[in-house]
This record gives sequence, structure tokens and C-alpha cells, in this order.
Amino acid sequence: MTMPSFDFVAAKSLDQAAEMAVSLGGKCQIMAGGTDVMPLLRDRLIRPELVVSLREIPGLDKIEFKPGEGLRIGALATLDQIQASPAVRDNLPAVAEAAHYVASKQIRCKGTMAGNICNASPSADTACILIVMGAKILTTKREIQIGDFFKGVKKTCLEPGELVREIFVPELKSGEGSGYLKHAVRKAMDLAIIGVASWVRMDGQKIADCRMAFGGAGVTPLRALQAEKHLKGKTYSEALLEEAAVLAAADAKPISDVRASAEYRSDMIRVYAKRSFKRALETLRS
Amino acid sequence: MKKAIKFMLNGDPVETLADTNVTMTDFLRRDMHLTGTKRGCEEGECGACTILLDRRPVASCLMLATEAEGHEIVTIEGIMEDGKLHPVQRQFVEKWALQCGFCTPGMIISAVALLEENPSPTEAEIRDAIAGNLCRCTGYAKIVEAIGAAAESLSRKVA
Repeated sequence: MTMPSFDFVAAKSLDQAAEMAVSLGGKCQIMAGGTDVMPLLRDRLIRPELVVSLREIPGLDKIEFKPGEGLRIGALATLDQIQASPAVRDNLPAVAEAAHYVASKQIRCKGTMAGNICNASPSADTACILIVMGAKILTTKREIQIGDFFKGVKKTCLEPGELVREIFVPELKSGEGSGYLKHAVRKAMDLAIIGVASWVRMDGQKIADCRMAFGGAGVTPLRALQAEKHLKGKTYSEALLEEAAVLAAADAKPISDVRASAEYRSDMIRVYAKRSFKRALETLRS
Repeated sequence: MKKAIKFMLNGDPVETLADTNVTMTDFLRRDMHLTGTKRGCEEGECGACTILLDRRPVASCLMLATEAEGHEIVTIEGIMEDGKLHPVQRQFVEKWALQCGFCTPGMIISAVALLEENPSPTEAEIRDAIAGNLCRCTGYAKIVEAIGAAAESLSRKVA
């Protein structure tokens, strides 16, 4: 199918790409893996005069883990590289699993995690785990807490010409674990009906601290703040988790659409809140 | 608008002009006359257009032709070795892993990429690797079987 006419440039550096984006404004479309941008171009939902590819910028595809700090994921690291990286699998398995949940091998081999969050789908598979891990987004201008990043459906807090350079995920310390579980009709190539991520720090049987976030049930991925509050400082039990899961479902603001009804989504948040929290408990660092 | 691009295509260097707004699928079929790569959904859902970009499987409908600059592209036309079918191709024939054949080039490219990355995959790993390739004829059982058999024949070759 023919696409509207546009020019194409492979940027040499992130700063060069940012400059073009600033000077051309809406006439410029930045593209990393391109797996979300290409359908928009084809359907004429965006009509740029210039497409700027980031793929040839050297050094942006790094995946590095530093003990005592955490994981640095370059803006061009593909979801497939992240999922397969021993550094990610060994130290932050839930991040690798979330990357693997995205679409299919063909999409993961080109698409990036930075692109997945910049696309800002409410059900983005990598968003929830980054939120509960307290990730930071390093851009060409500043450092953004992941909790401040998503502003609406397909909307982020990025300013015009501001580009993501790196995603930083703090390491799991002793007694901490995390998990992300996605609920979809098909295992592959399907958007999540909902997804829930949990992070927990245990002190023996006591939940010293925890975070929970869900996607697909609101205009952005959301924290389950009531559920977190209910769990924190208490001794873990199945009954306590069930109570928290009910609160998580109450925090959700789902819509009914072709994938599922709002009622079903809320109830699945309750179920997956429990499962993801248990998954986090299963993966506690010693 | 056109742009000059230089890249490797099925082992040979190519230097040509490509429209800046053409997908890799259309570029391969229309400009390179390589029609083995199929145009299916054109939105990355079906896998019929799968090619290897630097030996990794990607949906060529979600790639601009200009993105190939400096890279290596392999299509279904480029995987035969010494004029003989690739073991994956041969097993697709022997196990009757195709009916209408439309998904087959993409399916085979995905399988070739899998076996390069993981020479002895489990059935679950095979199914995961082709999860982005839709087949409406076979029900997948024969395809999974063929890829498993290709893995075995490749490992015998190495041993």
C-alpha cells in the first residue's frame, strides 16, 4: 500500500534528531524500531514531511547491569535483546518477561522498550513493571520518574523534541521481588485485556513495602494505591492479599470495548493482582 | 522522493534508489522482483512478510526500505545452500507442512532464525517463535513437526 510522501533521514546522534524534531515540530516523526510508527504512517494518522530514524545512532542499544545500582536499557535496545539478555534475566527476570509478552518475535526484534513506553498505550506491556520497579527515564533534557511519564492515551510528558536516551531500572535488593502477568485472549500478538505488576520487599513474613500497577484499565497504566496501602506493614496472608486485590479492582477505571467489558476487566485485575503479587513473592532475592 | 541505499541482499551487495515512503515488503517485491516475501496484513500481525534483518526475523511491512542502508537482508529466496533446499524447506516438503503456501516463506524464515539462535528448541519454543506467523490452513501441527525435524537434521549435520 502506498504511504504519503515523506523524506527520510537516519540521525547520527540523539541531539541531532532532537534538533530536527524541535525545528520541524509536527512535520517531523521520530522513529526507533518503527513497529508502532509504521501503521500510523500507512493509515495516514500521522503525516510527517520527514521521518527521522534513530536506529543508526551508535551506542544507544546498550543493556548494562551494575550491581549495587541497576539496569540501564538504551533507547534502541530491542525488546528481543532485552528479553534474551542474561543481565536482565538473571537480575530483573520480570522485566525480561514483560518484554517477552509484547507482540511477536518479529515485532520484538525491531521494536524497543523505549518505543513501547513512548507510544503510551494504556495496556503497554512494559509500562507496569517499570512503574512498580520505580524506573527512571533519562531523556535528552532531564530525568523523569516513570510515575510522571504517562499523561493519557498515547500521551507522555515528553516535550516537543525531547527524546528518550535510556531507561534505568533499580536493582532488586535482598528480600525484594517483582512480577508482571498479562491477561490476553491469545498468548502472542494480542493486546492485554489487563496486566498487573507487583513489587514487594519482605521482612520475614511482613510486607515491609510494596507497589502494584495495572494496565488496560484506565487512560494510563495506574498504581493500585489503596491495595498497596492495605498490604504495607502487615503480615502476609492469602486473606490479606484477597482484600488488597478487591481494593486494586476498585482502583481500576476500565472501559468496555471489543476485548472485554469493564466488569470483566475489574474482576481480572482482582485475580491478576493476586497472581502477580504471588509471582513477586516467588522471586524474592536472597 | 528517492534515496540511494547500499545494503546486502541475499549475500550480494545492492546499490540502488529506493522511494523514501516504500515498505521493505513492497520494495522487495516491486523493485527487487523478489516475490517470495508475501504481503499479508501490512500491519505486522500475520508474519507473511517476515525477512531476516541482520539475521533477526522482522516484519518487512513495518520497515522502510531506506532502513536497510548498511545492513544485511535475507529473504526466502536467499536461504538455499549450494542450490539445495535449506533443511527447514526440505522438512516442510517432507512433512507436508503447507497447503496454500501463502504463510510458508514467512514461517520458514522465522524457523531459520529460531534454529540459528536455538539449535535444539523444545516444542514450546518452536510455537513461541512462530506465534507471529498466522497459518489458516494447516492447524500448525505439521509446521511444528517440520521445524523439529529440521532441527534434528541440522544437528546431525554438525555432529
